[in-house]
Amino acid sequence: MSGHANTYVPKSQLAKWFESRLPIVGLVHSSFVSYPVPRNLNYFWTFGAILMAMLVSQIVTGIWLAMHYEPSAAGAFNSVEHIMRDVNYGWLLRYMHANGASMFFVAVYVHMFRALYYGSYKAPREILYILGVIIYLLMMATAFLGYTLPWGQMSFWGATVITSILGAIPLVGETIQSLLWGGYSVGSPTLNRFFSLHYLLPFMILGVVVLHVWALHVTGQNNPTGIPIKSSKDAVPFTPYATIKDVFASVVFFAFFAYWIFYQPNYLGHADNYIPANPAVTPAHIVPEWYFLPFYAILRAVPDKLGGVIMMFSAVLILAFAPWLDTSRVRSANYRPIYRQFLWLFFAVTILLGYLGAMPPEGGYVLAARLCTAYYFAHFLIVMPLVGLFETPKALPGSILESVTGPGKQVSGAGMPSGAVAAPSSKG
Amino acid sequence: MANTAANPDSPHGAPDGTRRDFMFLATGAGLAVGTVALAWPFVASMAPDAETIAAGAPLEVDLTPIQDGQIINVFWRGKLIFVRNRSEKEIKEAQDVKLSELIDPQADSARVKDGHAKWLVVYGNCTHLGCVPLGHQGQYEGWSCPCHGSLYDTSGRVRRGPAPTNLPVPPYAFETNTKIRIGDEGGKAVA
Amino acid sequence: MKTIRLLAASLLAATLSITAAAAEEHGAPHPPREKWSFAGIFGRFDQAQLQRGFQVYREVCSSCHSVNYLRFRNLAEEGGPDFSSGQVKALAAEYKVKEQNDSGEDVDRPARPADAVPPPFPNEKAAAAANGGKAPPDFSVLAKARTYSRGFPWFLIDALPFVGYTEHGVDYIHAVLTGYEDPPDGKETPLGTYYNKYYPGHLIAMPKPLSDGQVTYAKGANGVPVVPETTDQYARDISAFMAWTAEPHMMVRKALGLRVILFLFVLAGLLYYVKKRVWAKVGGEVHGLQPELHKTY
Repeated sequence: MSGHANTYVPKSQLAKWFESRLPIVGLVHSSFVSYPVPRNLNYFWTFGAILMAMLVSQIVTGIWLAMHYEPSAAGAFNSVEHIMRDVNYGWLLRYMHANGASMFFVAVYVHMFRALYYGSYKAPREILYILGVIIYLLMMATAFLGYTLPWGQMSFWGATVITSILGAIPLVGETIQSLLWGGYSVGSPTLNRFFSLHYLLPFMILGVVVLHVWALHVTGQNNPTGIPIKSSKDAVPFTPYATIKDVFASVVFFAFFAYWIFYQPNYLGHADNYIPANPAVTPAHIVPEWYFLPFYAILRAVPDKLGGVIMMFSAVLILAFAPWLDTSRVRSANYRPIYRQFLWLFFAVTILLGYLGAMPPEGGYVLAARLCTAYYFAHFLIVMPLVGLFETPKALPGSILESVTGPGKQVSGAGMPSGAVAAPSSKG
Repeated sequence: MANTAANPDSPHGAPDGTRRDFMFLATGAGLAVGTVALAWPFVASMAPDAETIAAGAPLEVDLTPIQDGQIINVFWRGKLIFVRNRSEKEIKEAQDVKLSELIDPQADSARVKDGHAKWLVVYGNCTHLGCVPLGHQGQYEGWSCPCHGSLYDTSGRVRRGPAPTNLPVPPYAFETNTKIRIGDEGGKAVA
Repeated sequence: MKTIRLLAASLLAATLSITAAAAEEHGAPHPPREKWSFAGIFGRFDQAQLQRGFQVYREVCSSCHSVNYLRFRNLAEEGGPDFSSGQVKALAAEYKVKEQNDSGEDVDRPARPADAVPPPFPNEKAAAAANGGKAPPDFSVLAKARTYSRGFPWFLIDALPFVGYTEHGVDYIHAVLTGYEDPPDGKETPLGTYYNKYYPGHLIAMPKPLSDGQVTYAKGANGVPVVPETTDQYARDISAFMAWTAEPHMMVRKALGLRVILFLFVLAGLLYYVKKRVWAKVGGEVHGLQPELHKTY
């Protein structure tokens, strides 16, 4: 991780000896202490830190739950109730973990909104952004596997529906299905391997997060104006300025998180999952967790099974192509009067798709879901390329500092120590 | 890989170069084979294990207790199977449908065993996403899926989507007039 | 630009109206919303009510319904019906559980507080066979396993603090227990089913379980029961009891939550102050959502 001036200077003999052998303190210092942060970031930029906190929270509560959980079709439901009733603070650990998954997605959706609104996906941050899409995919896989573990009705039928989706893949679908099931249908071997994979994936997420932060370190952060850091006065050092703001925002987010844990612990779940899994009875409506609903609506909007599967996966994968589909040179939608309208429409359509995903697939709901699906894809394939070509953006401020203070004014504070800011964003 | 005489590492020219290329290729192939061989047990261990396969042996079902018009559920290989004793009216309905009206055209005679038109044996999971359809319901009085509204007729054929295909018929054979063996096609067990 | 906005708005409006039209087709009678002592942020179980609820379970429901995750000891634990440990020991001893003796035969012994409350049927198949093919559901987490949809926008309001609502399952159970009535004209109830106003599809296999005066509650000081011995009151008490069996640590949870959230608010206040002090060094913080609107300082 090289790229800009490393301002860490070891003070003691021991620190020098260590640093010359493994320069890890310098690495942390340059990433989280002296790292230059645009001074105009708003609270949308605290969600990276919030997500990190949520990942740690999920991993820790998950490891502790695994000490009491039993991954078998016969024992899973009982062991979850054992955690809820008999393990000291077991109810707290489980509700933290179950609601934590939802809060993780709340935070990631805010983070993605931020990236789409302020054009954080554009050059030179394409790799940074695609790593984010990969993390999102891994999160979805982890959440799906985890939802299977309590082995309630929704666990079982959710797993059945999603593995049937994989069965629709031509040629290899049935083999993949059989390898996932470890039997002729979803059963105890399936649950057991899902538990193993659910334990593994978060650490893979952690690995990709390291790459994500590395890529961020190279390109520097975007900011609400979308224009790069041009002088040391545009930036402040990460510590203490961003650190304190991130900690403050994380604590506020955790207060929000705590409300769900303590007062609405089952609101984001599904009542049917308190009925033990039964392969002979299907729940009246099979509904995935709320964070999958827009994609579920897209899956069901297509009358053809394979077509629906392709559209659903495309809806996620198309995100990765945004850097090349968007033809505008201006990053932030604040300066793009026409595109901004379409973007708000896109967010509205996505939320509406989420609502439709929870409704039974009949009559008007299907038609509405088809209209929304059409716009979802049109936004990426038509709006993004065309609006960028024809739109006249508003005038950008001369610098980040100018956007903060107004043109031509000076600011009292020092910003970054001069010279510390040279490398990041220099290409933007 | 260079195999010409121009190779500066090779004072003897082409023949030696060819031999070395072969060694490189053989080594590479050896590593590849070794990697695949090492991966094989890992992949194979995820397939259904011996106990699961043994439990999936053919299943005998006695038909005598199933009354006229009744549907019973049996499990074979963890999959739900409906065994339906069809009434005369239901058989007639299933046989009289024009094939051109069907989403997945298939004659009723192709879905039951010769001389046993009374007995319909089909998998009990909707071909859309695997839910369990409810018997004797819907417009066609076959099955109706509570999940996404697919309808099946008294031959288990899909009549209204989103399900793409008919309920599949599992492999089975009549042992006697009142006993079937599921998972057995004419005396030969299926893998 | 105006045209685009108009176009977008009308597209969205059209989609919304299709959605709304589709939503109206799904009308089902909603269970009435009851008052529960355990609802809300400061909600607490009413111990006397839980004791009465357990009595209703024992004298009525337990002939068909199990409550497998309930241990006798739970009845004496804090935040529950709060029976004394002596009462629980005596109560448990009235039940028999199977045990293997030294020669490997099953023998009965009196239950101990650590034992689960024995189920009415030895297994699910026996329960199904005795009840028309479908086993009566277990009570342990039933209050969390049942719900009803309140639809848009209520499902959003339900999530909010103070005006929020989490008792869908308990209200539903109470409604079903009190919702037996004669079928409307022209509607037949097939053999083995009963008409219930609130049960989805209206045909329920359980006969009306509760009737006025069926259970005799303990008398108060003046010789009359403290609560009326009516179907509605029985339904209320058994529903409250099921809310407790589904969520035995609810009172601890709500009390701890209050402390945690207050603590986080105070901590956030302190951090906000520190953050302001830190940022003052560089002239204060500015948020960049609409940079052109920010005043200079």
